[in-house]
Amino acid sequence: MTEKKIRVLIAKPGLDGHDRGAKVVARALRDDGMEVIYTGLRQTPEMIAEAALQEDVDVVGLSILSGAHNALVPQVIADLRANGQTDVVLFLGGIIPEDDIKTLLDQGVYKIYGPGTDTREVCKDIREAVKSKA
Amino acid sequence: MSSALLDALRKGNRLALSRILSQVENGTEAGKAALEELFLETGNAHKIGITGPPGSGKSTLVNALARELRRREPSKKVAIIAVDPSSPFTGGAVLGDRVRMLDLEVDKQIFIRSMASRGALGGLAEQTEALSQVFDAAGYDFVLIETVGAGQSEVDVVNLAHTTIVVDTPGTGDDIQSIKAGILEIADVLVVNKADRPGVDQSVTHLRNMIEMGYARSINNGKHHLQDFSENTVDEPAPAGWIPPILKTIACQYQGIEELTDAVLTHAAYLRESGQWHAKDKAAIQANIRRQLIAGLLSDFNQKAPGEMIDSLIEQAQNRTISPNEAVRVLLTYNRNNSLESSE
Repeated sequence: MTEKKIRVLIAKPGLDGHDRGAKVVARALRDDGMEVIYTGLRQTPEMIAEAALQEDVDVVGLSILSGAHNALVPQVIADLRANGQTDVVLFLGGIIPEDDIKTLLDQGVYKIYGPGTDTREVCKDIREAVKSKA
Repeated sequence: MSSALLDALRKGNRLALSRILSQVENGTEAGKAALEELFLETGNAHKIGITGPPGSGKSTLVNALARELRRREPSKKVAIIAVDPSSPFTGGAVLGDRVRMLDLEVDKQIFIRSMASRGALGGLAEQTEALSQVFDAAGYDFVLIETVGAGQSEVDVVNLAHTTIVVDTPGTGDDIQSIKAGILEIADVLVVNKADRPGVDQSVTHLRNMIEMGYARSINNGKHHLQDFSENTVDEPAPAGWIPPILKTIACQYQGIEELTDAVLTHAAYLRESGQWHAKDKAAIQANIRRQLIAGLLSDFNQKAPGEMIDSLIEQAQNRTISPNEAVRVLLTYNRNNSLESSE
């Protein structure tokens, strides 16, 4: 019972309005016993970093289907670091071309999930990542 | 908890504040120690509770109220604690109040923290009061506490807030609903939100009738909204001179928010002048001590009482040879004798 709850921020940076994926993941993490803070659409990287700071989350999940991931993700990472949150696990979901995946992983993204991902896999990965940081 | 972290909090470091909030929320030893130290620096914040049914617009109203408070008092800081329910099955939660508060995320003098209720049933989480104390110590002038969507009896927020705002919407029941006991009674300010919907004037009339019925009574019985526990021991404040105003708002359009802010600030001034600010503070501390005392005594007792004895009493009660009341009497007697022995 006293096990610390994993806190996850699920955010949608940028301008696309397709939030079904983000909501499905939020719900799946909830059903896995995590506390999920959902911030809604059209967030700037600065807003996401600010919410992550105020909520002291262990994990940030970004959902991007606009194609702007190469601009948005590095900025989120930079803003998180600027706030001193260097130990946050960052994962990404959406439509991300093969060519960009390696670059994003190198920049510090923990995992990238495309369409059709089993949400149980996401839950398991998050638990492992948080455990290894503790 | 390192004292460096506490010092950083005192200097306004928001990451330090956030980390300490987590420690306190999780009830860690470090969190408890931090809270003990920080409590001595509390007592300045105006705590404002916002409660009402799910979907009545609490979060949107909090967003608008926080923005207006900041506009009027640019030198003051605002904290928001938004509580949403945890799943009774998995313990997980989706905390979605921030979605309605996006206006506020660019203002560094506002700090929003979402909390899962983690099984508590009174509309707040167990550590909500503790978190409000951390914000108070960190120099936040206003602490807005948004409850989970509340029904009729989730009224814990009244023990914690100086000012309680109850949010209702048009069309939620007839005049019988409004004379029932519960959530409407705890209001210092009543808000009918979504006032562009049909039925708003009817709702206001029901609420006004309720207030008028209660007012004659409350003159004779000042603090109708403090809990019984404080009733006999707190210095009697001046007779109730506060009649909850009923305000119409359309929170998403910022309509009625100036009037709401006026009401909240007027109420704070009223509390200070009438001595009720002091009385509420005392009542909150009494309730806090009482709660911890009960938990402590129970845990002491559990360590002391032989498990077999409890098991045997449960079995006897199940066989209907004794009643649960008698079982408790036996246990209390055992506890008393045991305490006497150990103190001699």
